[in-house]
Amino acid sequence: MTARIVALHGAVIVALFLAQFVASDYAVLTITRIMVLAVYALGYNILFGYAGLLSLGHAMFFATGLYGAALGVTRLGMAAPEAFLFATFCGVIVSIVIGFVALRASGVAFMIVTLMFSQAAFLAVLYFGDITRGDEGIVIKDGQRMFPLFGVPMNLADPVLRYNIALAFLAVAIVLCLIAVRSKIGHVLVAIRENESRTAMLGYDVKRYKLIAFVLSGSFAAVSGAAYALLFAYAGSTLASIQYSIHPLLWTLLGGAATVLGPVLGTALMFLLVDFASGFTSASLLFVGVALILLVLFFPKGILGTLRQRYWRWLP
Amino acid sequence: MTVLLETRGLSKSFGGLKAVSGVDFRVEKGEVRAVIGPNGAGKTTFVSLISGRIAPSAGTILFEGDDITALRAFRRVQKGIAYTFQITSIYQNLSVAENVALAAHQPGGRASLEPLERVGLAGRASQIAGTLAYGHQRLLEVAMGLALKPKLLILDEPTQGLSDAEIVDFIGLVRDLAKDGTVLLIEHNMPLVMELASRITVLDRGMILAEGTPEEVRANPSVQAAYLGTG
Repeated sequence: MTARIVALHGAVIVALFLAQFVASDYAVLTITRIMVLAVYALGYNILFGYAGLLSLGHAMFFATGLYGAALGVTRLGMAAPEAFLFATFCGVIVSIVIGFVALRASGVAFMIVTLMFSQAAFLAVLYFGDITRGDEGIVIKDGQRMFPLFGVPMNLADPVLRYNIALAFLAVAIVLCLIAVRSKIGHVLVAIRENESRTAMLGYDVKRYKLIAFVLSGSFAAVSGAAYALLFAYAGSTLASIQYSIHPLLWTLLGGAATVLGPVLGTALMFLLVDFASGFTSASLLFVGVALILLVLFFPKGILGTLRQRYWRWLP
Repeated sequence: MTVLLETRGLSKSFGGLKAVSGVDFRVEKGEVRAVIGPNGAGKTTFVSLISGRIAPSAGTILFEGDDITALRAFRRVQKGIAYTFQITSIYQNLSVAENVALAAHQPGGRASLEPLERVGLAGRASQIAGTLAYGHQRLLEVAMGLALKPKLLILDEPTQGLSDAEIVDFIGLVRDLAKDGTVLLIEHNMPLVMELASRITVLDRGMILAEGTPEEVRANPSVQAAYLGTG
């Protein structure tokens, strides 16, 4: 059973590795973007899919990583790897602080509290436009994206390097997710989602487990944001807006909440759908809307969630 | 005999209503103690205070001599107080085995099926809990209590909604539990209480009206007036 799980997830990673040799330049760029954002969705799914906590404010963690990295490089004179670690650290701290406050609420109140914090963060990005350059955003210069790694010069503008870095992030994220959800923590999170008061009355510290999920989830978002800024050389306020809180929710729902690969599949499909639709209409969001309605009607548990329910009971 | 659980002056008010008022109560190790009383007597509030699901307005709770009044519910469970819900509260979407594994703090692992064997559900371990018949769900609830290996097992109206035949089985089960544990039983069903309990505490309007062996309680005139009826 475990062998099947390792084989499936390994195959996905290997397939993505091989894709770079056959894909067009444009496809390589698109897949790079999908892989970076899939890390965001994977993290979102830990909180939403497994722990059953719907956050409407994850853009603030994504933006923490994004601006932590961009400002680290442009303002604090850090090299790209340092800026990445700095941004991740900021993401962990912000998720601990926000999680501590937001988890005092539950249900709809939790959604509102996370939304509120995230909007405050978004407005702060605009308010401190002198530093963040607001709407216009920060562009990282090519020179700032070069750094030596163990003596070898690296250039993040190189599409192949960029692709493989994104793939490495995704692979690590998938493995960490698998470990987390198959560990005691993952099972307790599902128990909290299924019946919180019962879980407390079995002697589990429900608040602590929820905070673990929240911080894991926020940290994944920050890693994704930091990678996004460094790989695509841009950090702008749109990426901190509510749209970027909703995106991971939709990707997760589409691919299948509480399945490890669901968010990855959902991110990819949503990207391809928008890409396909924008080829002949400017109303590409209409397609997204129709896709979501079909999803709710026919695949309420998402694609992989439904497949698991019907055929693959072993899918983690 | 050693005292396992003790409350001193335990009180809980909801606004102006005193649901539990100044209750001094002791449970000794190894007994089956029943708490009975008419509807609204404060029974469920009283056990909720003991299990930590609600905080008292006044008074202290001691467990094995330690003051646990300020402990949160999950800490009390860790200390050995297990609570089974009056309204069945199991993981409907998970398997019976996983329900018990969670209770045994080995989620996802191979927890012992012994608690399921004790309640007679071992044959249904792989079934999804929500698909069990109601009586079996109640038994699963008790099995989860057992899997916690508690020092004190609180059963809040465990036979509510069970058929007479199921209640007979249940009496056997509680007898079995009492051999190596302490049980605090909140119950409406008088014949059951009279048969099972070693001692009975009668609550009325949030206060202890009487306490003693089943015979003493049955013979107590004020209990008869308040609860059993005088006829």
